[in-house]
Amino acid sequence: MTSATRPVDRPRPSPAILRQGLRVLWTGIRQQKKVFSVAVGGAALWALATVATAWAIGYVTEHAVTPAVESGEVTSGGLWMIFLVLFGVLLFNMAGVVLRRVAASIAGFNLQALYRRRVTRQYLRLPLSWHHSHPSGQLLSNAHADIEAAWQIFNPLPMAIGVLVMLVIAGTQMVVVDPFLALIGFLVFPGLFAANLVFQRVMSPRITRAQQLRAEVAEVAHESFEAGMLVKAMGREQEETTRFGGVTNDLRNSLINVGRTRGMFEPVIEAIPVLGTLAVLAVGTARVASGDLSAADVVEIAYLFSILAFPVRALGWVLAEIPRSVVGFRRVDSVLQAKGSMEFGEGDLPREGAAHSRSVGVSYAFAEPAERAVLGAEDPLEDPGPSVPVGPQRAMAIRDVTLDVPAGRTVALVGPTGSGKSTLTSLVLRLIDPDSGTVTLDGIDLRSVRKGEVPEVGTLVAQQTFMFDDPVRDNVTLGAELPDDVVWEALRTARADGFVSGMPGALDAVIGERGGNLSGGQRQRIALARAIVRRPRLLVLDDATSAVDPSIEQAILGGLRETGDGMTVLVVAYRMATIQLADHIVYLEQGQVVDQGTHAELLVSCEGYGDLVNAYAREAAERAAVAADEETV
Amino acid sequence: MTTTTPTAHDDEHEAINSEIGGSHELSTWATLKRGLELSPELVRGLWVTVLLALFATLGKVLIPFVVQQATDNGILADGGPDVDFVLRAVLLAAGAIIFTGFAQYVVNVRLFKAAESGLATLRIRAFRHIHDLSVLTQSTERRGGLVARVTNDVDTISMFVQFGGIMLLVSTAQMLVATVLMVIYSPILAGVVYLCVIPLVVLVTKFQPMLGRAYGAVRLRVGDLLGAVSESIVGAVTIRAYGVEERTEARIDGAIERHRAAAIKAQIRSVIAFTSGQAFGGITTAIVLVVGTVLAANDQMTLGQLLAFLFLVNLFTQPVQQATEIFNELQNAVAGWRRVIGVIDTPADVSDPGTDGVRLPRGPITVEFEDIAFSYPGGDRVLQDVNLTFEPRTRIAVVGETGSGKTTLAKLLTRLMDPSEGRVLIDGVDLRDIAFDSLRRRIVMVPQEGFLFDESLMENIRFGRPEAADEDIELAMTELGLDPWLSGLPLGLATQVGQRGESLSAGERQLVAIARAYLADPDLLVLDEATSAVDPATEVRIQRALEGLTRGRTSVAIAHRLSTAEAADVVVVVDRGHIVAVGPHEELVDAGGVYTRMHASWAAQQQG
Repeated sequence: MTSATRPVDRPRPSPAILRQGLRVLWTGIRQQKKVFSVAVGGAALWALATVATAWAIGYVTEHAVTPAVESGEVTSGGLWMIFLVLFGVLLFNMAGVVLRRVAASIAGFNLQALYRRRVTRQYLRLPLSWHHSHPSGQLLSNAHADIEAAWQIFNPLPMAIGVLVMLVIAGTQMVVVDPFLALIGFLVFPGLFAANLVFQRVMSPRITRAQQLRAEVAEVAHESFEAGMLVKAMGREQEETTRFGGVTNDLRNSLINVGRTRGMFEPVIEAIPVLGTLAVLAVGTARVASGDLSAADVVEIAYLFSILAFPVRALGWVLAEIPRSVVGFRRVDSVLQAKGSMEFGEGDLPREGAAHSRSVGVSYAFAEPAERAVLGAEDPLEDPGPSVPVGPQRAMAIRDVTLDVPAGRTVALVGPTGSGKSTLTSLVLRLIDPDSGTVTLDGIDLRSVRKGEVPEVGTLVAQQTFMFDDPVRDNVTLGAELPDDVVWEALRTARADGFVSGMPGALDAVIGERGGNLSGGQRQRIALARAIVRRPRLLVLDDATSAVDPSIEQAILGGLRETGDGMTVLVVAYRMATIQLADHIVYLEQGQVVDQGTHAELLVSCEGYGDLVNAYAREAAERAAVAADEETV
Repeated sequence: MTTTTPTAHDDEHEAINSEIGGSHELSTWATLKRGLELSPELVRGLWVTVLLALFATLGKVLIPFVVQQATDNGILADGGPDVDFVLRAVLLAAGAIIFTGFAQYVVNVRLFKAAESGLATLRIRAFRHIHDLSVLTQSTERRGGLVARVTNDVDTISMFVQFGGIMLLVSTAQMLVATVLMVIYSPILAGVVYLCVIPLVVLVTKFQPMLGRAYGAVRLRVGDLLGAVSESIVGAVTIRAYGVEERTEARIDGAIERHRAAAIKAQIRSVIAFTSGQAFGGITTAIVLVVGTVLAANDQMTLGQLLAFLFLVNLFTQPVQQATEIFNELQNAVAGWRRVIGVIDTPADVSDPGTDGVRLPRGPITVEFEDIAFSYPGGDRVLQDVNLTFEPRTRIAVVGETGSGKTTLAKLLTRLMDPSEGRVLIDGVDLRDIAFDSLRRRIVMVPQEGFLFDESLMENIRFGRPEAADEDIELAMTELGLDPWLSGLPLGLATQVGQRGESLSAGERQLVAIARAYLADPDLLVLDEATSAVDPATEVRIQRALEGLTRGRTSVAIAHRLSTAEAADVVVVVDRGHIVAVGPHEELVDAGGVYTRMHASWAAQQQG
């Protein structure tokens, strides 16, 4: 089997996690050099000011408080000195904290925003087949929770760096006072490192699992809310809640597991420096007793340790965040590295007159959707692996089809449900690429033209309409600068002007993502207007009027005829009237062209075609016959 | 039987709020209270955790004390360092660290358990409630926004409920202890410390609402962000077909940027709040030292007492600073909480009467529409003066132009929405009084755009009757005449349908939706243009199979293919929200009304 089936939560050796963690940090720092430098500068200022605070209290005690107490006389100068020295150090400290915290969060949020842009660019760039194998909820979770997980580490990071500064200052001071005692103190670091190593080893598989479950919770929620109406209509609220409850409880247990590890790690990380302080005290006292060291030196070193005890925890926080950060980044990176995007050429397509579409020998098979992709299952940093799993039985949707749609003509695609008509329309406009064969427009291979060129020339109205959460106007123009009368004209051709003008706000009426208040037929007509307004050279209608009443459909098609000079039309249709508008009919069955010709020709030559288009008439005749029988009886 | 009067229903309708609430009106305190009420796990056994946390904190306070004692009375002892004393103190402190460290571990685990259990309950509850909201209410928010409410918004709360709440209690305890000690050492200096706290308290109190608004804005932006991202995923085909990637990018970038700006703004406010806590700590120390110097110079305290008091000030200001930080976290949590509570407390306008509801026995169904009127919130009437009776065992076809109100009629009949006026009765009982489990068992609707789950065909069909065996499903497919279609799929019923069923065509998705309803075996089947994308030959086959199913039951089919109307017992013609004709096809087709026109147009199309 390929490596695609490797388990997701295979524990990985922790030095690798630490190394990857540092790499993730470095990646982030590199991209936020300036802001991050400010944060580190602030952290350094804060570190210096914190050490200076201890010094300042000692200084004013010695030079102002003690003389005043001993002499019994208070001078206003002395009191001012106490206040101003302490206040001055405080100001530095505060400035350091503000710089550190604000800059750190700006760096973190900048990175989040940057990666959100990159990830969503990928969503828009990657082919539809990629989308089919990646659940929407997972992708949503990736764009939010995973990116947050990857970069939240930037909040504690500068403080940890400040702590390192403090450690350097304190360490130098300790070495100056007594190298031997300092060495004992430094034993703390291997201790911290060892604890961290164990922690990473236990933590990273747990975090990986939690982050995957987080995405699954989003996935189930997204799917279930999309299915909202069905869930209601079937009364399956409880079953859906049980399904959601299942993943939610898995996530809960997984997070509790994470908490167990973290809950253990924190006290240990806190205890190690304190134990170090105690060791210094014990050994130091012995050295004072043996006359190797003065009592004041031990007090100073012990004091230095005690200031560090709290901030050293910031190091712990950063270390504790690393597995989460690595896992989040890995999941994000797997989207950024995803292969299989559409390649575009440099060519242009002509802009005048009706287009000639020709597909020669095209075949297309859907990727096996049973191979559900799991983000970050593969470690893209080390092992790219095959990105397209090849299953044994890929369903062939289209097999060796040759379709010619001459310029200015109307061609109808007819065939039973599931015969590959929609796939063929997607191929004609290069929403997908064929596995074999070529698709051309005006003789130019679609793969050789620039990105964005095909939609300029050809437009698809799909079976299922998608409405943007926008006003009617924007749903028609999709952002193009078009005067309102042009929009109205398109709506009129699509016979949508009537109900749109009746909506509160007319063109400004917001439809909402799900087009909630519109009927299926109304949504289809807005989708049609969306296509018409672009005046495409090739219009592909994939059963785009299925929810529209016959009389209105007739009017729309009539309108298209009038305005449709210089337009080639490929139409998927079942209705006799629609089919008869076509100059040429191509009949598909099981992904292959069975026959083609005019309506009259096909009625004679093709049995399947006749059965299909005459189904209603035959049905009506049979009913009439049965009714007649009943009457005669 | 039914105790609910029509007036009560009217009152309910006035309470309809089609928007999902954000619960902005809830105060921080009320939000907390409601939040804890919704997640009782958060406070269950909390007192044990609090005691353990106090113990752990005691250890943390004890250690600097021991170190200080070891220094003063050990190393700096009169007559040279007292090694034994120091060793004893060090061992004592080491023991205390291990004990309190263990206590801290137990506290952490207990908190994680309580927090995650409480939040899981909250998620599930919000999820369930979103499904209980009417389709109308659901459609007022984008999918991404709804998802955010059960995912990220809940995640925002976790930080506070894991540590914040308990730290607040512990900090309060520490402040109390420090206060008592300060008063014992020097009541005057204790007063000075408290005078210094006043400005901080005023500042923090004033600042909280600002902070709350800032975090609230962040939550809103997260919802928008997910909405924009989900549009790019769900609308993938449209975006590609129209080459509007750049526009979509710009929209997403806008949402990302607004989120970034809001997040930074909130963060800056929280830094200001934290810094004011820090300023309080520093200034208090400075003022205490100044006032203490004056007191000590006037022999009202000794230098030793003053230095000891500084230690106590630290013991007091540290938890105060921590508290300001926790208040930040609290506002963040409250912002998330408000959005989740906002969903849960949005009244379900189409609600299940539950155990009080009527359960109807199975059998053929009579439907009555009584003076029905319906308008969407803030919109015009889409249905008016609808009075209809569907006799049991009849097949009804509802026809009319697009947007005439046919689908609204179907939604009212299946109680996906409630009428603005009038009543829908099933076997004489108001739909609003029938328990959902009974209602959904008896009435099933097949919508035009049937949704498919990312599973196999088999599992999607089983959704109609979860307890159905594989054989039942295979049989259903055969009965519906769908075997030829299935045989074209290499994996048959095991075929995976992909996201939203997108590996299938719209027509195929409709076949699955019909099979699902067929399997559910309801007493009243409502088909809302359920075969609009299916090829005619298959449609005729299905129609015949459904006739077998609907024989002896009531069925309502909304259709624009008038072949359906021809085959029905009764045709109902809807025009601009009014019922304009009711009767058998044979009568209506020659009556010269709307139906005559529609049928002529349809017939003309059939001949071409």
